[in-house]
Amino acid sequence: MFEQVSANNNGELVINVGPQHPATHGVLHLLITLHGETVTKLEPNLGYIHRSIEKMCESLSYRQFIYTTSRMDYLSSHINNHACALGVEKAMQIEIPERAEYIRVLMSELTRLASHQLWWGAMAMDLGALSPFFYAFREREVINDIMEETCGARLTMNYFVPGGVMYDIHPNFVKRVKDFIVLFKSKIAEYDELVTGNVIFQNRMKNIGIISKEDAISYGCTGPTARGSGVSCDVRKNYPYSIYKNVQFDEVLEYGCDAFSRYQVRIKEMYQSVRIIEQLIDQIPEGEFQAKTKAVIKLPKGEFYTRVETARGELGVYIVSEGGTTPYRIKFRSPGFSNLSALEHMVKGHKIGDLVAIMGVLDLVIPDIDR
Amino acid sequence: MENEELIAQVQTRFPEASIVLGNDFPEVSIDSKQLLPVLQTLKTEPSLAFNFLFCETCVDWKTHFTMVYHLESTTHRHNLVIKANLDRVQPEIETACHLYRAAELHEREIFDLFGIIFTNHPHLRRILLTDDWVGYPLRKDYDDPINMIKL
Repeated sequence: MFEQVSANNNGELVINVGPQHPATHGVLHLLITLHGETVTKLEPNLGYIHRSIEKMCESLSYRQFIYTTSRMDYLSSHINNHACALGVEKAMQIEIPERAEYIRVLMSELTRLASHQLWWGAMAMDLGALSPFFYAFREREVINDIMEETCGARLTMNYFVPGGVMYDIHPNFVKRVKDFIVLFKSKIAEYDELVTGNVIFQNRMKNIGIISKEDAISYGCTGPTARGSGVSCDVRKNYPYSIYKNVQFDEVLEYGCDAFSRYQVRIKEMYQSVRIIEQLIDQIPEGEFQAKTKAVIKLPKGEFYTRVETARGELGVYIVSEGGTTPYRIKFRSPGFSNLSALEHMVKGHKIGDLVAIMGVLDLVIPDIDR
Repeated sequence: MENEELIAQVQTRFPEASIVLGNDFPEVSIDSKQLLPVLQTLKTEPSLAFNFLFCETCVDWKTHFTMVYHLESTTHRHNLVIKANLDRVQPEIETACHLYRAAELHEREIFDLFGIIFTNHPHLRRILLTDDWVGYPLRKDYDDPINMIKL
């Protein structure tokens, strides 16, 4: 057991943040050493939601193991599923129909939008502004309804399967996505007006949680966390998968290295996601939505590493196959785990109030870290 | 750098290492005692510049363990996999966390789930499981009659 508050010999106070704390967005437990109000040491204590997904996958078939990954980073469940499906397809050398590729990328980008919206609302709430949470959920609800119509689920989608997608998109899908884009474009300006341009918000965000480019790489940061420090690490650009190489979009880079830069990366990424969706929504080709695959999938012997860009960074799926129907070993390289390791570096020397701001902008999803 | 060129360059630098082109990346198998000097060279040599350790994990092959390090160079955009076999009775390897800070948490996780000892690691202890947990769950011979569901 951890003592609630204890003092050490240097006049420092050791306190616990979490595992039940609104700012940690889940069951994350941080042991913080404070000198006055300044954080001198931070130690994450993980495992409160550890389910040993990697061990579970060793006894699941290549069709089944995909579904466990929806429970990892539940805010980008489509993208997690995508990584696993891509890994199996690459190993089996399955060509998937173009229609499925389009549906997959559209779904992934909608998920990214929904994830960034939730992050934006929750982050503003951490900083004491409650209204943005409702603004964000107003639009996120529309995406969830679109997902529900096609996938039958609102959170753990389980829609991507090896060879394509599980079933065809709903007849209303195209129209509703178009309506959503029109709606969202009129609302995203509100986000900037409410929060981004706010002086109080900027004063709290600027010059805190600084991590240099070299440190961000060394700590293994990916996604908006690293791109806020000017590290080019967008997997969609550097190692294009699916049809991302045919789509026009920019990799968002900011060079401020602080929490505000990371905030701006995420906001600008929303615009890029909208751009991708706009390009693809009218182009969905007719045809099959799933390639014919064998009922029992057996991967050839070998090792396969696939990576995709989730809303939080690079997700890697490392499959070691012995030629059987179940993986011999699976490792999920989750973006949150590495981003969390940089938290102490970012927080050290800042006030405890800044910790909440820095953590809010890191966008940690705890099931993704604990797996 | 293209894979063939990369393999040739790594081979001239480390003649004892055996290199194969895997499905995704070139895979370099080295002796576990050589890990630190190899990583040091890969990181500091400007033409290689592997500065990003994006994945570190372990595989239990029943007779031995294999440590797997996935490296990337953010300047040259090439990737490399380093593999080192470890003895199953006393698995021990030097920590990489003084070269790559990302290794610190990854190695704690590997210690937690595989029981690999990383020498010179600043604070090697369990991370996901409780401190009094018995055994290492990701090992193939791990058995938990109560919590494990066998399909």
